[in-house]
Amino acid sequence: MLSDTERRELEDAVKHYPDKRGATIDALLTIQRRRGWISDDTLLEIAQFLEITVEDVDSVATFYNLIFRKPVGRHVAFVCDSISCWIKGCEQVQEQIKTLYNADLGQTSPDGRLTVLPIACLGHCERAPALMIDQDVYGNVTPEKIEQIVEKYK
Amino acid sequence: MERPLTQHIHPDGTTRTLREYVKTGGYSSLQRLSSGLAPKDLQRLVSDAGLRGRGGGGFLTGTKWSFVPMGANAQKPKYIVANGDEMEPGTFKDRVLMEGDPHGLVEGMILAGYAIDAEVGYIFLRGEYHLSAQRLTEAIAEAYAAGYLGKTLPGTDFRFDLHLHASAGRYICGEETALINALEGKRAVPRAKPPFPQTVGLWGKPTVVQNVETLYNIPHIVNQGADWYHRLSRTQDGGTKIYGISGCVANPGWWELPLGTTAREVLEQYAGGMADGVRFRGLLPGGISTAFMTEEHLDLPLDFSSIPPEVGRLGTATMIVLDDHTCPVGFVLNLEKFFARESCGWCTPCREGLPWVAKLLMSFEEGRATSEDLSLLKMHTKWLAPGHTFCGLAPGAMAPLQSALKYFHDDFERHISTRGCPWSKKLSQQRILV
Ligand SMILES: Cc1cc2nc3c(=O)[nH]c(=O)nc-3n(C[C@H](O)[C@H](O)[C@H](O)COP(=O)(O)O)c2cc1C
Ligand code: SF4
Ligand code: FES
Repeated sequence: MLSDTERRELEDAVKHYPDKRGATIDALLTIQRRRGWISDDTLLEIAQFLEITVEDVDSVATFYNLIFRKPVGRHVAFVCDSISCWIKGCEQVQEQIKTLYNADLGQTSPDGRLTVLPIACLGHCERAPALMIDQDVYGNVTPEKIEQIVEKYK
Repeated sequence: MERPLTQHIHPDGTTRTLREYVKTGGYSSLQRLSSGLAPKDLQRLVSDAGLRGRGGGGFLTGTKWSFVPMGANAQKPKYIVANGDEMEPGTFKDRVLMEGDPHGLVEGMILAGYAIDAEVGYIFLRGEYHLSAQRLTEAIAEAYAAGYLGKTLPGTDFRFDLHLHASAGRYICGEETALINALEGKRAVPRAKPPFPQTVGLWGKPTVVQNVETLYNIPHIVNQGADWYHRLSRTQDGGTKIYGISGCVANPGWWELPLGTTAREVLEQYAGGMADGVRFRGLLPGGISTAFMTEEHLDLPLDFSSIPPEVGRLGTATMIVLDDHTCPVGFVLNLEKFFARESCGWCTPCREGLPWVAKLLMSFEEGRATSEDLSLLKMHTKWLAPGHTFCGLAPGAMAPLQSALKYFHDDFERHISTRGCPWSKKLSQQRILV
């Protein structure tokens, strides 16, 4: 069931649209912020709140790469693999993350700390290669710097 | 050299508050509305200024507005939407503006809203731009508190509400009709055009979608006029442009420069030339949906009118440089993998064709390609050409491929004859280290 706080947040989001359904992404993101990912049960709760079908919500949830339909680790590392970062060695960055945390793209480290995902250009190409952990962006990343960066995310 | 869009942005990356913004003339353009500048006058002013859309297409903004039904019989509400999806690889100009000077977007939105008589605006922001989201949220709250938003503008009957919509990824959301579906809370696939959003858009109402950088220009046009705006530029298109550069150059970055600045100037004078030890081979002038330019094109004025269509188009003006330590086939493979992953899957040529293209390019890199594969690649540039797919994503994906097949043909051939990629791991490692 939606908690009171969750319900209040969704009620705020809905106010921005003439049709409740407009808040689908806001709802998914808001609840995911609290619960980490979107389970089938969560999907149903959101659908009931927005008064649309579960299929409608899932067709949106499965479309977007920042909505997680599977559990993720305590933190998510997004490695940019678009062109400017590729030129500057994003493959080495990803290899190093894999070596250090035992998680390939799409996987979570065995200790549940870090999920590693590829991401499209983060819009920090002048500081390539770029890496985003949760909501923080790091530029000019080298394999040597990874450990120090990830240190903060326990 | 005047830099109206970025001159006040703090070099240390901090943002500008409402107080600072107002002190440097911010929101003063609204007085022009109060003193009688009618919506149609504003449309004409922006047309006279020659403002072209900065989202990549370069469509004339004033002309776009003129398609919106006006007057008492027009449908209500109408909507103005800022396109802040900015997911075109290599592109980071809108982020610079939104992080550095968020009130400029709020003011631009109020003016664009007034011009088409829209009472509601949405800023559609890509989900990864968390810092922009935070700063825009603060700016919108400040603008409400100061009465620029949510209150009738003195001397007019215009009242404007503005909302921030943070999205959740997917490149296709930047395509304006997919963006409209996304805002309505639907799966973000494009819509058929016509009808165009200007008449049937968000929730079926007249809607204008405008790139973030385009909107930042409008307050300055209102304050300083069309003639001044034309004088900023070196060519027939008005204004300045944020040019950017990334890749193996000495000093990657962005600069606001007169429209019509050449790629050579950006590369050599601003970016300090190529990084030590690597040489220039080509560049994509504005994101990855544009065609390669090579040495012979470096002195073309980079604007929306001067680049011959057979050469290409400006796109977002944030260039990506290809150097001699990077394999052009590997470079294009990276682009096509992006497009294949980001295809929304709605129409068959794109959904099926792009992964095929990526697989073909992979066969070159892995030494399995034959001359038949080369002709298959060429065929795809025709099969996915404009008019063959439901939206512009797939044709955009063909622009770098087609031009690479032209300019780097020998490199494709060498992958076939030597059965593999001639760029050794060691060479690419050297590039990464510079
Ligand atoms: C696949 C695709 C992605 C696009 N992404 C963006 C984008 O991220 N930002 C943007 O402003 N325009 C983008 N566009 C262009 C928009 O559809 C639209 O033309 C633009 O926002 C209009 O604004 P303007 O006239 O101010 O340039 C994209 C187009 C396509 C086909
Ligand atoms: S061209 Fe690609 S992105 Fe555009 S509608 Fe077709 S499948 Fe979707
Ligand atoms: S290509 Fe990686 S941030 Fe733009």
